[in-house]
Amino acid sequence: MFTEMIPEIGHYALVIGLLMAAVQTLAPLAGATMRKPLWMAYGLPMAAGQFLFVAIAYACLTTSYMLDDFSVANVANNSNSLLPWYYKFSAVWGNHEGSVLLWSLMLAGWSFVAALFSRNLPRDMVARVIGVMGAVCVGFLLFILMTSNPFERLLPGIPQDGADLNPLLQDFGLVVHPPMLYMGYVGFSVVFAFAIAALLGGRLDSAWTRWARPWCNVAWAFLTVGIALGSWWAYYELGWGGWWFWDPVENASLLPWLTGTALIHSLAVTEKRGSFKSWTVLLAIATFSLSLMGTFLVRSGVLTSVHAFANDPSRGFFILMLLAITVAISLFIFALRAPRVSHQVGFSWLSRDSLLLINNILLVIMTVTVLLGTLYPLILDSLNLGKISVGPPYFNALFVPLTVIMSIFMGMGPVSRWKRMPGKEIYKRLWLSAVAAVVIGALIPVFYGPEWNVWVALGMIVALWIVIPMLRDIFDKVRHASSFMAGIKKLSYPYWGMVLGHLGVAVTIVGVAVVSNYNLERNVRMSPGTSVELGGYTFTMTELTERRGANFLADTSIINVQRGDGRNFIMRPEKRLYLATGMPMTQVALRPGFFRDLYVAMGEDLGDGSWAMRIQFKPMVRWLWLGGVNGCGRPSGRGR
Amino acid sequence: MNRRVLLFLPLLGFIGLAVFFYYGLGQDPSYRDSALMTREFPAFEASTLEDPERQVDESLLTGAITLVNVWGEWCPACKQEMPQLLDLADRGIRMVGINYRDTREKGREFLDEFGNPFEVNIFDPEGDLGFDLGVYGAPETFLVDAQGVIRYHHTGYISPEDVRNTLLPEVEKWR
Amino acid sequence: MALTRCITALVSVLLSVSVMAAGIELREFDDPVMEERYKDLTASMRCPLCENQAIDDSDAPISADMRERVYRLLQDGQSDIEITNHMVARFGDYILYNPRLENRTYLLWGIPIALIVGGGLMVVLIVRARRNASATALSAEEQARLNELINRERSS
Repeated sequence: MFTEMIPEIGHYALVIGLLMAAVQTLAPLAGATMRKPLWMAYGLPMAAGQFLFVAIAYACLTTSYMLDDFSVANVANNSNSLLPWYYKFSAVWGNHEGSVLLWSLMLAGWSFVAALFSRNLPRDMVARVIGVMGAVCVGFLLFILMTSNPFERLLPGIPQDGADLNPLLQDFGLVVHPPMLYMGYVGFSVVFAFAIAALLGGRLDSAWTRWARPWCNVAWAFLTVGIALGSWWAYYELGWGGWWFWDPVENASLLPWLTGTALIHSLAVTEKRGSFKSWTVLLAIATFSLSLMGTFLVRSGVLTSVHAFANDPSRGFFILMLLAITVAISLFIFALRAPRVSHQVGFSWLSRDSLLLINNILLVIMTVTVLLGTLYPLILDSLNLGKISVGPPYFNALFVPLTVIMSIFMGMGPVSRWKRMPGKEIYKRLWLSAVAAVVIGALIPVFYGPEWNVWVALGMIVALWIVIPMLRDIFDKVRHASSFMAGIKKLSYPYWGMVLGHLGVAVTIVGVAVVSNYNLERNVRMSPGTSVELGGYTFTMTELTERRGANFLADTSIINVQRGDGRNFIMRPEKRLYLATGMPMTQVALRPGFFRDLYVAMGEDLGDGSWAMRIQFKPMVRWLWLGGVNGCGRPSGRGR
Repeated sequence: MNRRVLLFLPLLGFIGLAVFFYYGLGQDPSYRDSALMTREFPAFEASTLEDPERQVDESLLTGAITLVNVWGEWCPACKQEMPQLLDLADRGIRMVGINYRDTREKGREFLDEFGNPFEVNIFDPEGDLGFDLGVYGAPETFLVDAQGVIRYHHTGYISPEDVRNTLLPEVEKWR
Repeated sequence: MALTRCITALVSVLLSVSVMAAGIELREFDDPVMEERYKDLTASMRCPLCENQAIDDSDAPISADMRERVYRLLQDGQSDIEITNHMVARFGDYILYNPRLENRTYLLWGIPIALIVGGGLMVVLIVRARRNASATALSAEEQARLNELINRERSS
């Protein structure tokens, strides 16, 4: 009896959430303008209430999934009674409506937490922050209720069973990747709210940056992990061992990451030195705007992408309006309220200030490049200049040199000082590290890998150049302490955040350089008894069998893999035919490792009992994502 | 004052971008014109579906305006658009088929079952002619004028509305 | 125990995963350079039918045809440019992931390069301005106050 009402309860909860979000927006903003403490005090309880009701709505949708309520269209289209419970749980966000609800839930959650943790900030500042976040919540809740209601019913004519979740989404990747990514996207709304609140209140001092920095760090860490997980998922699920395709949807997540990275650095400058004030505000607005734009690109169908949701022009129009209103209003406020005369804080060529300036400019160039490459086909098309594609060759050609230039300055960053430092001191601190990076980096590919490769050497040099001066700096700082541990403890949290972040970049660079150049791949004909050698491993097909799974028929090859040292293990790639859909799927056998992945896939039956097989040896591919996970350490860098 | 104007630049940039986004919403990103538009029909040599002995080449498509339809027995949309093609043939438009990636037997069965609007069918079992035409899926339809130049291209299913609103006017235009 | 089981579950997810079927073809190359060229060409051409995949990643029939054609033209001794032209003549510029440099794509390459040059220039201009700012960081008034403070210290 009660369970039948669950979707309606969810729907009403959303409506109540919307009303609360509206009060959360209007009361504190009006209160801050008219200096009415009572109105401002509405912020926190409304944020809490909104979060509670959106959470109820979300719980209702999840319950509908768990109970296989196929009268709910969203459940019927994306789930199935045979789906394991954990995929039912994650199927909620495996579709457009549910994922926007998850997004809204996170937004409400961030706004509640931001309100909660900001209680000891100036009252009008908090009120404005909560109000701005409430406004964004209103936009998304309206979007759900008007165009993407997940609680829509199929009445009468309830289907017997659901259409099932796309097999590609029945995966651990779906469980972890979208929530992390959304946490990142949405997290930047807090920084955005702080920036707008600072503009509105005329408090563009370094205080707001101090309050906003921890939020920025946390959001950045989530986004980094989300992107790394997405790349990892694509690696084993979509592409044939590819890990970044420069697809519009991937670029959409990279854009806020790039500006977010710039923001982390410029926030530091604004907090410590009081300069770059307008610039930091602009970056905060840009980062959240790019998150919104990513949503628009993914859900409106203006660009063709492998990952895009089923699209609908009316939704696209709504998000475009949401994007336009948010961005236009905030940029308008920015143009009116940003300080007219910038406060000139002096610094010299050799200073942390100028290095961070270069960092910001490079990151902005990278952002514009990715944005341009992603949107150029759309722009040409709308000018009737024909259809073109912009893909990996373009992005790689520009991104690789930009990353190298960036890394050169990155190596100098940690040892530099604010304002100015003598050239002699920089030279004294860095020359040995530079020599070591070049020599070791150039030598590594001599001993590692099939042949010396200039790109691997370059990648190694760059990575070492980032790491060595940093390690030396830690060593120098620790050396003067009474004991090693005392020295380590003396280093601040933000310092460790910086170390982990930079280390992550270096690790990722190593992974990219090695796997892009030392990747081995062979397509071979194999039948029982055939042996193939690749990357020091011998792959022998011992047996070809057939088996029947729960809902598929499979041809399985049993491959015995022998390592150089004589140890061996079994890999079982499969070719499956799903009976319900008649869809053939290749079940790849993957052997992950810290230093290499092995990848075996079955292709076509060549008749005569042999199969086409693809075998890949991917050295150090895990390092790619390891660098991203390293970014987790970043939130420890909370502002001091 | 100068600086205040500069501060408005991000807003202007965004408005420019939003215009393109708005335009993009109305477009189907997967729609593209054929690369062969306004070019001559590619040279080919093939037998016909009806008669393995009969060899045809690109001269088949000169002399009169012709609609060339690429189809296959394996293609569901081809079956659905057959009534429209029969209608076009009834209106006196010359139709030539390309039986794409099919076997003779299946192709003939298809025509027996769904009707045959085509004057002749070029047999293209390996898809070579289809490849030269830039065909990446069936059905696709090309309008070839009397000089053998490709004038119009339609990707996918032809609906009765497509016949009325685009195909017939295009045929008139190039006749 | 629970943790071990959790990790085992995680790893087993990693060991076998479904992938959309893609064509795995056996191709013989006499010369490794040609094999490299084949890989580069098929990786930089976009499947005209799929959403956004290179032909070497895609299982669409047309991608298999295109791979086959690239292979055949390579065997015929055609150059990369000839092969690219051959494909563009049939499927249009759309299939090139690396757009050709022509009137309509000048900005695509030009803007980033202009930004790099402009960015470098901006760094120089900003730092030069800020260096002067640091030279005149103290106004006359501030200087007077500073002097006063120093004097007071001396006199005490």
